[in-house]
Amino acid sequence: MQIEKEPRILAILCKWCSYAGADLAGTSRFNYPANVRIVQVPCSGRVDPIMIFKAFVEGYDGVMVSGCHPGDCHYGTGNYHARRRIAVARRLLEFVGVHPDRMHFTWISAAEGKKFAEVCSEFTDKLRHLSGTEKTLARKELAT
Amino acid sequence: MAKVGVFVCHCGVNIAAKVDVKKVVDTLKDMPEVGFAEEYKFMCSSPGQELIRKAIKDNSINRVVVAACSPRMHLPTFQKALASEGLNPYLVSMANIREQCSWVTDDPDEATQKAIDLVARQIKRVVHQDPLDDIYVPMTKTAIVIGGGIAGIQAALDIADGNRKVILLEKSPSIGGRMAQLDETFPTLDCSQCILTPKMVEAAQHPNIEIRVNSEVKKVDGYVGNFEVTIEKKATYVDAQKCIGCGICQEKCPVKIVPDEFNAGLNTRAAIAIPFPQAVPAIPVIDPEYCRKIKEDKCGVCAKICPAEAIVFDDAPKQETVSVGAIIVATGYKEMDPAVYTEYGGKKYPDVITGMQFERLVSSTGPTGGELKRPSDGVIPKTVVFVQCVGSRDESKAHAYCSGICCMYTAKHTMLYKHHVPDGQGYVSYIDVRAPGKTYEEFVRRAIEEEGVRYLRGRVAKIRRLQNGKYRVYTEDTLVGRAVHVDADMVVLASAVEPQKDAVDLAQMLGIAYDADGFYTEAHPKLKPIETASAGIFLAGACQGPKDIPTSVQQGSAAASKVLALFARDTMVKSPQIATVDPTACTGCLTCSYVCHYSAIEEKEFGKHRVAEIIPGKCQGCGACVATCKGKAITLAGFSDDEIYEEIVSCK
Ligand SMILES: Cc1cc2nc3c(=O)[nH]c(=O)nc-3n(C[C@H](O)[C@H](O)[C@H](O)COP(=O)(O)OP(=O)(O)OC[C@H]3O[C@@H](n4cnc5c(N)ncnc54)[C@H](O)[C@@H]3O)c2cc1C
Ligand code: SF4
Ligand code: SF4
Ligand code: FES
Repeated sequence: MQIEKEPRILAILCKWCSYAGADLAGTSRFNYPANVRIVQVPCSGRVDPIMIFKAFVEGYDGVMVSGCHPGDCHYGTGNYHARRRIAVARRLLEFVGVHPDRMHFTWISAAEGKKFAEVCSEFTDKLRHLSGTEKTLARKELAT
Repeated sequence: MAKVGVFVCHCGVNIAAKVDVKKVVDTLKDMPEVGFAEEYKFMCSSPGQELIRKAIKDNSINRVVVAACSPRMHLPTFQKALASEGLNPYLVSMANIREQCSWVTDDPDEATQKAIDLVARQIKRVVHQDPLDDIYVPMTKTAIVIGGGIAGIQAALDIADGNRKVILLEKSPSIGGRMAQLDETFPTLDCSQCILTPKMVEAAQHPNIEIRVNSEVKKVDGYVGNFEVTIEKKATYVDAQKCIGCGICQEKCPVKIVPDEFNAGLNTRAAIAIPFPQAVPAIPVIDPEYCRKIKEDKCGVCAKICPAEAIVFDDAPKQETVSVGAIIVATGYKEMDPAVYTEYGGKKYPDVITGMQFERLVSSTGPTGGELKRPSDGVIPKTVVFVQCVGSRDESKAHAYCSGICCMYTAKHTMLYKHHVPDGQGYVSYIDVRAPGKTYEEFVRRAIEEEGVRYLRGRVAKIRRLQNGKYRVYTEDTLVGRAVHVDADMVVLASAVEPQKDAVDLAQMLGIAYDADGFYTEAHPKLKPIETASAGIFLAGACQGPKDIPTSVQQGSAAASKVLALFARDTMVKSPQIATVDPTACTGCLTCSYVCHYSAIEEKEFGKHRVAEIIPGKCQGCGACVATCKGKAITLAGFSDDEIYEEIVSCK
């Protein structure tokens, strides 16, 4: 895996909290790495593990899923479903040789613009350090 | 064939100062999907929107991507622009190149590159967007208000005055709620009954209000505009149609040992009783646990003397389902049982009473006819200690929250006490006094300054009954920093405001959220304090959290205005971004139905199979079911796999 390239991140954000949090990062001018790409979903409960695998197959270096804080999901319980599904997805990733830390699950509220920018920066740093650490199936091979 | 029009906004300098807008347009105009591409200073302005309309007309584009600010801002603006030119409004997508790009990226080259990528993804996505039609559902313009306290009464009256029918459902035999039990009310000291009774009567006589007492909700189906509520009326053993409310039955009934709920258990009443003199309706109810006729087929005196022949011993609960378009939950609160406070005597000291019991002791309709005498021996208490925050702000024993009303009603109690016993001395043990309402602080100062009540800052450690019948209250005065004790004739505990025992059961029937304590949760703590997260269900009064009367009334009116606004329409417009099941792909496992928070998924017959079906009016479009379905049988309009995957894939 090339170390010189900046890690590419897919951020799947729920529409009600986390997407609004990312907007607030913008409104507040909190810079974060330019390699983050945001996809909006109605709720983190819409996130299907296949979306995450697809992202790795497409060559992203990390996938982040963020929903509303526990108890705050606009649809009541979507974020709890997401948490469970992502725990399973992470184990599967490990099984195919993708470091589970390449998958980050978090809660970001509409008021947490700063947190969004920080999470993006920290995740980028983490992915930089992870480069080339996977022992078994390399993510690159997975993509082919 | 999709032909996408791309419009890149400068947003003044907000975007253009970082992103080379021209380069974005030049790079993307050659994408095979793109039929037209242009840049403009302010896309959201009228001339900006006109550009879109013109391109639809002149360049026959049939999909639109606007690269500008967040879709949370202006997506509806551009949707309207499409619709005004006859294009389906759901065929537009926005690339957020301001919040997600120009505002958060330092380097102009990186920003331009990212912008190109963000817009390209939306071009790819919009091709997969389908035209969607808004969903219209009919509206039943009758409301139900659950709970007939002051909040519920106010809500029902306002809806009825707005010329809509409303059912006022009350679990107990009379409407009125806790306010009916109060003596005088802060901050004006007007008599509670005098201001409440006219409203109760008005509700009873209003042609648009149907009061149903002794009734509870058993089941709730449906969705906003079209709820089906199953109500159960308990057996009361009295025919309300025949009863004339004379009350001779409760006089003659020989079983006089039923704890009187209205008087907070301070006295007992007959097995058949009208709950209180001003009750609405003033119709008695038999308590089957005490009635000798029902229990052992003896007595039956009431049936013999009733002039209206209204007694029916073989009464049974009756269920009925009503159709309503909106629901207001106004089920109020209960006073905490202070038994957990064993250091205050549990409940074994007769003269250590609760705030509500004090209200009844000073009330002219109370067990003592309004003379303040202590329960154990009828002595007039010359020294009374009022203990605040019993069960509130005390996480270790009861609740972390502040009950909000006790500071005020304790100040009121001290004044009422002085009005009844002018030579008596009142003490208040408090943590701090919270009196933020209009004229509330002045009210508390009046108690301290005019009535000479002594406020001692600190928590009461223990109450002990002395040989001489007095109660020694061990407390502290943290302002002077020492332990003190007061020998009192009576102690009044300001016991916490708690949710009703069955609050969670009702919430689950309604599908509304509740907090860790059991109070109902509003849709947004600041901007949607009346709504619940379920469309068409609103909250009023103390069921949402401790509240005084003015706030409960405000919320009752607010909830009513929400209902009336809803009923101003004949049909409901719902977002078409909902999920649908492909019955040919569905295996009928119904896993989806378990994750749906709105019970929107039902089973139906499809040929020889059973499959899942999503009720469009109920689905809120969260997509939880889509992610759960292993067979990929469910599609969420607006967020289909195609649309989302296209964004993921085309990101470079
Ligand atoms: C000791 C004391 C003194 C107070 N003094 C004052 C004062 O001076 N001034 C002031 O402003 N406030 C005072 N309050 C507060 C006041 O009592 C409340 O603000 C007010 O009663 C709240 O009204 P509500 O309609 O929300 O609830 P409630 O009065 O509790 O009414 C709720 C109603 O709903 C019914 N119900 C409950 N569950 C169901 C169900 N599942 N189905 C059908 N019906 C149901 C109940 O039977 C009840 O009739 C005092 C409170 C206490 C404890
Ligand atoms: S989860 Fe999928 S297959 Fe199972 S019932 Fe629901 S739609 Fe049908
Ligand atoms: S999208 Fe959400 S609300 Fe609609 S049926 Fe599926 S789980 Fe229920
Ligand atoms: S809406 Fe944000 S996690 Fe469900």
